[in-house]
Amino acid sequence: MLTRVGAAAGVLAGSGMLGRAVWDKGGFGASESTAPRQVRDYRVKGATKDVAEIAVARGKAKDGEPALTAEVLVRRAVDAMGGMGRFVSRGDVVVVKPNIGWDRMPIHAANTNPDVVGAVIQLAFEAGAKKVVVADGSCNDPNRCFQRSGIWRKAYSLGAEVVLPAEHRFRTTRMRGEILDEWPIFTTLVDADKVINVPVAKHHNLAKYTAAMKNWYGVLGGRRNRLHQNIDVSIADLANFMCPSLVVVDAMRVLVRNGPQGGNIDDTKVMSTIIATADQVAADAYGCTLIGQHRDNLPYLKMGHERGLGTMFWENLRMKEV
Amino acid sequence: MAAQPKPHASALLDREKIDNAPEEHAHVAPIPWLGVVGIVPALDAANVNARPPATASSTARKTTTTTATATAPTTTPTTATAPTTATVKTTATATASPPVTLSPARTGILAAFRKRFPKKKRPGSGIPARTVIQSLVWVRRISQILFFAVFMYFLFQTGFRGSFAAKADTAVRLPLPVEAFLLADPFVAAMTVLSTHTIYRGLLWSVGLLGLTLVFGRVFCGWICPFGTLHHFFGWILPSTKGRGGHRVEANKTHSYQRVKYYLMYAFLLAGVAGSAVGGLFDPICIAVRSIGLGVIPAAQYLTGRGLGAMQDIHSRPLQSAADHTQDYLAQTVWQSHQFYFHQTWFIVFLLVAVLFANRFIPRFWCRVLCPLGAFLGIFSRFAIFGMEKDHSKCTDCNLCLVNCQGADSPQGGVKWRQDECHMCMNCETACPEDVIKFKFLPNRKSTVVVPDTQRRTLLATAAAGAAFIPVARIADSLDVNYHPKVIRPPGAVEERAFLERCIRCAECMKVCPNNALHPAFLEAGIEGIWTPILIARIGYCENSCVLCGQVCPTGAIQKITEKEKLGQGVPPIKIGTAFYDHGRCLPWSMQTPCIVCEEFCPTSPKAIWVEEVDAEVRDDKPGPNGEQPAMKKVHLQRPHVDPNLCIGCGACEKVCPVQDQPAVYITSVGETRSKTNVILLENTNYNQKS
Repeated sequence: MLTRVGAAAGVLAGSGMLGRAVWDKGGFGASESTAPRQVRDYRVKGATKDVAEIAVARGKAKDGEPALTAEVLVRRAVDAMGGMGRFVSRGDVVVVKPNIGWDRMPIHAANTNPDVVGAVIQLAFEAGAKKVVVADGSCNDPNRCFQRSGIWRKAYSLGAEVVLPAEHRFRTTRMRGEILDEWPIFTTLVDADKVINVPVAKHHNLAKYTAAMKNWYGVLGGRRNRLHQNIDVSIADLANFMCPSLVVVDAMRVLVRNGPQGGNIDDTKVMSTIIATADQVAADAYGCTLIGQHRDNLPYLKMGHERGLGTMFWENLRMKEV
Repeated sequence: MAAQPKPHASALLDREKIDNAPEEHAHVAPIPWLGVVGIVPALDAANVNARPPATASSTARKTTTTTATATAPTTTPTTATAPTTATVKTTATATASPPVTLSPARTGILAAFRKRFPKKKRPGSGIPARTVIQSLVWVRRISQILFFAVFMYFLFQTGFRGSFAAKADTAVRLPLPVEAFLLADPFVAAMTVLSTHTIYRGLLWSVGLLGLTLVFGRVFCGWICPFGTLHHFFGWILPSTKGRGGHRVEANKTHSYQRVKYYLMYAFLLAGVAGSAVGGLFDPICIAVRSIGLGVIPAAQYLTGRGLGAMQDIHSRPLQSAADHTQDYLAQTVWQSHQFYFHQTWFIVFLLVAVLFANRFIPRFWCRVLCPLGAFLGIFSRFAIFGMEKDHSKCTDCNLCLVNCQGADSPQGGVKWRQDECHMCMNCETACPEDVIKFKFLPNRKSTVVVPDTQRRTLLATAAAGAAFIPVARIADSLDVNYHPKVIRPPGAVEERAFLERCIRCAECMKVCPNNALHPAFLEAGIEGIWTPILIARIGYCENSCVLCGQVCPTGAIQKITEKEKLGQGVPPIKIGTAFYDHGRCLPWSMQTPCIVCEEFCPTSPKAIWVEEVDAEVRDDKPGPNGEQPAMKKVHLQRPHVDPNLCIGCGACEKVCPVQDQPAVYITSVGETRSKTNVILLENTNYNQKS
């Protein structure tokens, strides 16, 4: 009799304790709202007067001279910024974030040129990076985007680690932006010592121009199609969340119409330009002039400027054209 | 003879001859527990327990055996004796080595092992099976595991995972012939030959399997078929407590319900003649691909994701990273990097579970009772030049051959072997302790039935039913327009009638689709179209440059188109439908909110979705002072439109539309290239165009 009563009391006590342990007093999600705001700031300090704040390398084919390759231009632009050693320290884990959004080939200029990505990886390794990770959250089927953009092959051949967006790589993160509050974030892109943004400059039918700031859409998972309703604020929110160490804008071949996906070679224009800067707002403010846009037409630049993420008056920066 | 308590097959031997020829038996090891050589009582449950056959059940069983033995061997009694002794003699030389005895030289670990696990003594006369058969059984097991592994590997590889080695302009194709098992399936070939009068590309391989059957009988069922292996496994692991001993022996005897598969097969073949490959619903390879590919693998992925996802909550870096790496590895080898969902697959999985569970009641229920491919091979196994020869006179009715019989093909003495049912697993010869059963080339067929035991009337009736089903299903609606506007067939699919002639519902296309766009239809495509592929754009859209579904289609229901044909380079692009706007739900149209995600994702060039720039009025979200109506303000909007000439119906717009539940832009099948009737525009209504 005693054992039976004892057993019953034991089960009751056990269930009581278990219930107390997992008791959700406030209801669903009550505890989450207190989560601290997360920001990923990878900017490096210590800019000296002699290095550029924005560097533009041009290599257009002149008479009798062949166009310069992407490798040369990237190297020149980054050197003007003080060299990769300024941004990448020995032993760093470096994330390179190109635009691998679409199932398009390099000739369509909808994704970052693989040679530009390759040059950045090369520079990062030369600066002593322990590991270089290349990743992006694609719009189309990621396997196809990574393969057909040519970036997978290029990055792999240089010894970088290529991470495709898989569901388990996304974690809900609290950004506390104006409209981006909680959102699934591609953790591979944000867990690093240094982050280099390597976007492609191109036309975007809704945002008008897309490169550095809009490229952070790639860190988002979930149903990001809703963000288009307020695309400018969401771009600014993302740029708030992600501040890269360095931005290298690929304008080797620029999609000037039918962006962001393109698909027609006639819509692209060879510009053989590379922009390197640590200021993502200035990168876009300058870059948009390539496709005939102006900073005043791009509300997200103004928001970025007002939030102190950078300056949209790139003329005020120390600029080097090489 | 009178001294024997019960009559059995061996009783038909000439007692005198055995007694007067002791040297003939000198090689036979005496039965351990009797110490005698020669005729032994039948090894039945009743005898092992040394019970007199008094109980009702055992006597009943005994009488059935008696009648069986009494009727069957009457064909051979007089001729049997002379050849029997001859066979005994040959066996004497063949199996001269006595059963393994422990030699004194074996010491140490081996001896200890032998002592711990003594070799099982073979009952009855204890004549071991021929070495070649013993090893063949193991070869068969290895072959089963190997083919099952290959099948699963191909299923895992049925999907595009990309490659770091491929160049940007490399055409995206699967490196392996993942549909190989279906190509080798002669039932699929037969159905489509009857419906289309041609044999599609790789399906010619099925002739090879037919050839194998003509030599060895239904070896496919027992040695190769992955679905058969699954049933073999579950029949072994699942038997109930009733599935032992006498019950099991009884279950493995030939039953009349085994005819059902022949009726089904004829019904499906006649349905093929009537113009439908609906028999794919019952093809074992199709079922295996469909239920494992669409059900088991995604379910396993879901479960694993949940388990490994829970590990992320443990605050331990190594654990989290281990979980991540496991997920990465699995995503690269077994499944894909995101969870796949398949429309109403629960029913497909339910049927798989049901048919696997049926092994508990009838071992290998599927293979024996329902499998039309097995029946098809059974028809052709009559010509097989390899088969079984039985020596009834030596049979002691021990029924050991029946204990592990897979096909329920009557290997036991006293009845004729059913070649059309036999899976060639060789378990019976391995089990037989009396040297009754022999598999050999060109056996005599004295005790073999080669023709399926079907009843003509039932056969005709079921075949007619199969043929009648198709017109009945077809007149229920017109195929000129699809049954449902959402019946959107994969790109490269042939016209609906030709599609139904070819589609075997194998689900290869659904498995391979990288965007999870293709799904098994339930009744959307009519009762006949169950589990044919349809595109559900809300779950996934058709990737513009992808042609993988045509690559894996074994029957040509989806043609092997190239990227150029699909994208329309030099030819009109392949359309699978057309997009339409629901202005009442569209953000820029009715809610004055910027959006145009659809336009961004539209993959054609120039884009089929174009935008109209408008300045519209929208009400402020705050009321004015003194409770006035909110003020109106101007917004600049881009309102999307579809150009039906350019739209290919890929469904990317529908997939990405932020109006989550019922999208503001959606595709329907109208305008699909394959149909000459399901069109909108006059310029596409060209009856001369190839469809």
